[in-house]
Amino acid sequence: MVVTFSFWTQNYLDLDTTFTLANYREAWTDPLYRELTLRSLRISLVVTVVTVLLAFPIAYHVSFHVHHRKALWLFLITVPFWTSYLLRVFLWKVILGYNGVLNSALLGLGLIDEPLSFILYNANAVVITLAHAWAPFAILPIFVALERIDRSLLEAAKDLGDGPVRSFFRITLPLAMPGVVAATIIVLIPTVGDYITPRLVGGTEGLMISNMIQVQFGKANNAPLGAALAVSSMFIVGGISLLIFFATRKIGRGGAD
Amino acid sequence: MSNRRKNLNWLNVYAVVYMVFLYAPVVLLPIFAFNSATIIAFPLSGFTTEWFGVLWTTQALHDAVWNSMLVSVSTAVISTVLGLFAARAVARYTFPFQRGIMGLVMLPLVLPEIIIAVALLIVLIQLGLSLSLWTVVLGHVLVCTPFSIAVLSSAFRGLDPSMEEASFDLGETHWGTFRRVTFPLVMPGVISSLLITFTISLDEFIIAFFLTGTEVTLPVYIWSQMRFPTKLPSIMALGTILLALTVALLILAEFFRRRSATRRGLDASTTEGLI
Amino acid sequence: MLDTEKPHARTIIELDGVTKNFGAVQALKGITANIREGEFFSLLGPSGCGKTTLLRMIAGFDDPTTGTITIDNKAMAGIAANHRPTNMVFQSYAIFPHLSVADNVGYGLKKRRLPKAEYKREVEQALEMVDLGGYGPRAAHTLSGGQRQRVALARALIMKPKVVLLDEPLSALDKKLRDQMQLELRQLQRSVGITFILVTHDQEEALIMSDRIAVMFDGQIEQLATPEELYRRPVNQRVASFIGVMNFLEARATKSSETHVSLDVQALGKIDIPRAGLPDGMKPEEIHRVGVRPEMMTILIDGAPSAERIVEGEVVETSYYGDMTYYSVRLNGLEAPVTISMRNTAGRAVLRPGETARVGFATDSIIVFR
Repeated sequence: MVVTFSFWTQNYLDLDTTFTLANYREAWTDPLYRELTLRSLRISLVVTVVTVLLAFPIAYHVSFHVHHRKALWLFLITVPFWTSYLLRVFLWKVILGYNGVLNSALLGLGLIDEPLSFILYNANAVVITLAHAWAPFAILPIFVALERIDRSLLEAAKDLGDGPVRSFFRITLPLAMPGVVAATIIVLIPTVGDYITPRLVGGTEGLMISNMIQVQFGKANNAPLGAALAVSSMFIVGGISLLIFFATRKIGRGGAD
Repeated sequence: MSNRRKNLNWLNVYAVVYMVFLYAPVVLLPIFAFNSATIIAFPLSGFTTEWFGVLWTTQALHDAVWNSMLVSVSTAVISTVLGLFAARAVARYTFPFQRGIMGLVMLPLVLPEIIIAVALLIVLIQLGLSLSLWTVVLGHVLVCTPFSIAVLSSAFRGLDPSMEEASFDLGETHWGTFRRVTFPLVMPGVISSLLITFTISLDEFIIAFFLTGTEVTLPVYIWSQMRFPTKLPSIMALGTILLALTVALLILAEFFRRRSATRRGLDASTTEGLI
Repeated sequence: MLDTEKPHARTIIELDGVTKNFGAVQALKGITANIREGEFFSLLGPSGCGKTTLLRMIAGFDDPTTGTITIDNKAMAGIAANHRPTNMVFQSYAIFPHLSVADNVGYGLKKRRLPKAEYKREVEQALEMVDLGGYGPRAAHTLSGGQRQRVALARALIMKPKVVLLDEPLSALDKKLRDQMQLELRQLQRSVGITFILVTHDQEEALIMSDRIAVMFDGQIEQLATPEELYRRPVNQRVASFIGVMNFLEARATKSSETHVSLDVQALGKIDIPRAGLPDGMKPEEIHRVGVRPEMMTILIDGAPSAERIVEGEVVETSYYGDMTYYSVRLNGLEAPVTISMRNTAGRAVLRPGETARVGFATDSIIVFR
């Protein structure tokens, strides 16, 4: 494993030296690539926020209000994740499409007069699909963090006069922060590089950097530029993750274990 | 108290809505697989098993299934063996740069797959290797080994180090100890690692897409078929079969994980090892 | 228990200048001791004193940094645990959960390739020895804590080792079961005659079970003696306060002759003790502190027999234990109260805090240590 890794970076450097830094210059200055990178980041950040916000109540529910069938709940949460990713994304296309499940249902119920078009072939569709795809990755770390909270702390807070809302914000949330941070990073990193979802449901304005990387490797036959794009986006994502990690650690030092 | 109950109800409602969101696409899969229309849309037109029949007669699909099996089984075996060594080493010994090395090994867990794919592609081109199913296996092993390590580490962590010492103390050799004590005790972890890595590999698309040569794996085949609307219903049928298989495998994996937990007297409902 | 000591038995384990470093930390600072064949030997000390490290080195799980370990006249350097004539009972018992009780007990025997009938007989015998006859087919994970402990013992004894090593074997059991197992272990050890080395932090356990005890602090043996000697003549304050309860009093020698030393002891006054009562090689002018055990002092209540010496004090606190009462008494002229234990025999009154107590003691109960 490690050997493979060292190979990889080394080869990387080889490529850079032989092809100079022109690829990087292009990757960083060309407005198209810049636009794609920024869009990827924007979409990923939105996906991450949405996913984590949606995941927290579920994790909280399973951790605090489910007593006997925790494992079953977790199992049920993970099952959809294990079905073919390709097919899941495709099915979202079916759900969100112009004649899709959602539109026909809403039309049938008389809630709308004509099909909604803002939900497919754009960034919204990408966000919905990715928020679905990465749900378990956000739920599980938060769940683990919540499980680790000593329940007597909450009783102590109650005993000391805190209501449920106050004790949630003063005890539960700070102690769950490590899980939230983990969830954020785990969701953020892979979504930036996601290929299938933007390709299938993103339309043209939902395309992301990985689609361009693939184009460079495939049709454009400019592998080094594709590589430069890949490395650049990886560094940006890595930087942002580290930033999130350290920022939250500083804020929540008291709570983190 | 009434306030609390209200919260609970809201959470319950939310949980149900969320589960609907999670399962929406999954539920659609079998519905369209048995729908007689060739267009994937509502309203449904009628029940048919025709699309499953189509699967039986498509040679390209059979090839893809065979390729996928080859890749997934190899990946599962290789990454579990690697995971076994790594987990055992981490659980028992401390070595220099342990954290760094383990961080590097676990890195593919958090890297976008496209980057792994691209990186490997470059390495392979540089080395002058031609793309084949084996390069796909290589990529998948890279991605699956961290999962294997995670599953097996929890199996090793639950293993009392004095078990191995006791065996050694009773005159057994290192190899004999591994065979008679260590391996049987982590066996459930090994099985669940095999199943999980197999499942991941079976479903993986990007790496296979980049690294495969002329022989395609199942997801790559599905991808290529998606362009043809007439092929879609049979893909739904295929997806349904895959879904059923995967769920069965997962239940099996979960069963073994729990058995290993109860065997060691741990609480079977712990989530350790799931992630 | 002095009669159980076997001073003439031959040495089975010889520890010579054994040290162990873990990185910069010196866990053992030169252990030299001889353990005799057939004795019940205890390594007693607080956690972190190095006793488990020493046991693990005897077993062969760790190598000494310097020094030698000799077992049965054979140097153990380079001999791995699976080739040593020792067997261990682990703190966690390490019962193999995937095997039956019989397979656990016969685990080490399998290597010896005995005929099937003989193997079965040996396993059954070993199980009977620990009162688990008929438990063979049971699954190991169904056993209770005490039963696991017995299986671990049977699994070690069946190997007929020269030495059985026990790493805090009773610490996981509840108090009642522990008391019972202490006696059983002791009896078992006597009946098989194999040397047992017990590691424990429980001084009571060590006193009850052992022929000899090595008291360890900070990687060193502070005192190696029989339980009685250890209790009566602890060599220093650390040993004295670790074993039982000890009241410490400031003292200094005022006069010394060939046979006696005259001490001026805080609150107790002038006391003459025989020179032989001093630890080996200690000079009278080196005496700073003496000790007296709680049970060596008596609270004299009207009509009780008198004592050799009597001092007065005020009862600060009483703790009633049922069979005993522990008094905290501030003796005249002393800041810190001393502890005095009294047996609650029929009709004896219990004093209350604030009352004045007349405290009697005998001068020969005064212990001098470094």
